[in-house]
Amino acid sequence: MSPTDAPVPPAGGDSSAPRDAGATDAAVLLSARGIRKSFGANEVLRGIDFSVRRGEVVTLIGPSGSGKTTVLRSLNGLETPDAGTLEFDGGPAIDFARPADKAARLAMRDRSAMVFQHHNLFPHMTVLENVVEGPIRVQRVPKAQALAEASALLERVGLAEKHDQYPHQLSGGQQQRVGIVRALALKPDLLLFDEPTSALDPELVGEVLHVIKELADEGWTMVVVTHELQFARQAADEVLFMDGGVVVERGAPKDIFTNPREERTRRFLDRILRPLD
Amino acid sequence: MNEGLQLFLESFWPIVWGGITGTIPLALASFAIGLVLALAVALMRLSKNRVVSGIARFYISVIRGTPLLVQLFVIFYGLPAVGLVIDPWPSAIIAFSLNVGGYAAEIIRAAILSVPKGQWEAAYTIGMSPSTTLRRVILPQAARVSVPPLSNTFISLVKDTSLASLILVTELFRVAQQIAAFSQEFMLLYLEAALIYWLFCLALSGGQMRLEKRLDRYVAH
Repeated sequence: MSPTDAPVPPAGGDSSAPRDAGATDAAVLLSARGIRKSFGANEVLRGIDFSVRRGEVVTLIGPSGSGKTTVLRSLNGLETPDAGTLEFDGGPAIDFARPADKAARLAMRDRSAMVFQHHNLFPHMTVLENVVEGPIRVQRVPKAQALAEASALLERVGLAEKHDQYPHQLSGGQQQRVGIVRALALKPDLLLFDEPTSALDPELVGEVLHVIKELADEGWTMVVVTHELQFARQAADEVLFMDGGVVVERGAPKDIFTNPREERTRRFLDRILRPLD
Repeated sequence: MNEGLQLFLESFWPIVWGGITGTIPLALASFAIGLVLALAVALMRLSKNRVVSGIARFYISVIRGTPLLVQLFVIFYGLPAVGLVIDPWPSAIIAFSLNVGGYAAEIIRAAILSVPKGQWEAAYTIGMSPSTTLRRVILPQAARVSVPPLSNTFISLVKDTSLASLILVTELFRVAQQIAAFSQEFMLLYLEAALIYWLFCLALSGGQMRLEKRLDRYVAH
C-alpha cells in the first residue's frame, strides 16, 4: 500500500509556503453580501458582508445572540438566509431572496465542512467509521484509500490508537479532534468551526485549539466562531466582531484587540478579558 | 399414571407444534411486514406535507381505535361480501400486519424524533442525502431506542395470534381447543395452552435482552 499524504487544501499549491505571502492578494474563496435572517419576529442577521480569501483564517467573535453562529451555519446550508448572496470561488452565486435552487445550494454545502460545538459524532460508529463515512458513502472514494487517509489524519491529531473505539469511550477533547478529522477527511475548501471548544472542560481546550492552530498554519482556509480570544489573536488573519446581527468592527487581530475603534467592541473585550473589573 | 397428567403430556407436543408451525410463523411474518409498513407510516407521519401526514394519522387512528378481532373478521368474513375472498392464513397476516403497522409506527416515529438534531446536521454537512442519513445515521440509533417497545409489540402480537383460531387458522390455541373439545378437559388444556404461550414469551424476552445488549455496545453507561 502506498503511503497517503494527508489532504492539503486544494488550492494555494504548496501548503508549507508561508501563509502570509498570499494573505492579502490571494484569490477570494468566499464572499457573502447582505446576509439577512430572521427567526420569526427576531431578526438575527441584519445584513452581513464579508469575504474569505484562500488560506485565510477569519474568526467571528461577539456576545451570545449576536448572530455569529447563524452566519457560520448559513455558509454551510444549515440555515437558509432570507436575503443576501453567497458566492464560492468558481461556483454560481446564490441569491437567497430568490426561490431555492437546490442543486446550487448542495454544491455550496459540499465546498465546506463543519466542526460542531458538540462534536455530533455518530455514536454507533467507531472513530474510523465516523471519519470515512463521508468519503466512502458520499464522495465514493475507494475504501482502501479512504481508510488510509483517515488513519493518516487520525495519527496527525494523536488519535492513532483510537480507531476502533466508539465516541463515548473518548474524552471530550479527543471527540472534538475526531470531529475535526471527520471534517478534514472531506477535503473541503473551507473549514467551519462553531465554538469548537465551548463545550469542553477547560483543561481539554488546549489540545483542540492546538490542532486548529496547526491547520491554520498549514494553510487551510477557515471561519471560526469562538470565545477564545487568545486563539483569535494568535491564529486569525481577520477578526469580525459581531453584535446585534451586524458586524460592528473588523480588522487584524492586533488592531481589534489592542486598539478597538468601536465602543461596543471595547466593552465586549473588557467583559471577557477583565471580567472582575 | 394420573389421567390428567397423561393427557397433559400427550397433548404438550401437539400444542407446541401448533405454536411452531402456526403461532410463530404467523407472528414473524406479520411483524416483519408490519414493521416495514410502520416505518413507511412513521415517515409519512413525520412528513411536512399535511395530506401525507394526515393519511398516516388517519390510518393509525383507525387501527388503534378498533378491536383487532373486528379487523380480523372484517377481512375474513366481511370482504367476501364484496367479492374478495381471502384464505385464513393470508387474512390473518394482513390483519396482524396492519395492526402492527399502526402501533409500531408511533414507536418508530418517537424513536426517530429521539435522535438529536445534531446528528441530522452532521450528516447533512458531510454531504449525505436525507434518505442516506436516515438509513446510515438515524435508524441505527432509533433502533436502539425502539427495541424495548417493539419487543412489547411483538410479544403482544404472539399472544394476539390466538385470535386467528377464530378464522380457522391452525395455530397453538386452535390445537388446544381441538384437544379440549375432544377430551372435554377444558381447564387442563386451556391452562396448558396458557403455559406454553408463557414459555414462548419467556424465550422472546430473553431474546430481547440479548438484542438490547448487542445494540448497547456504543452507548455510554
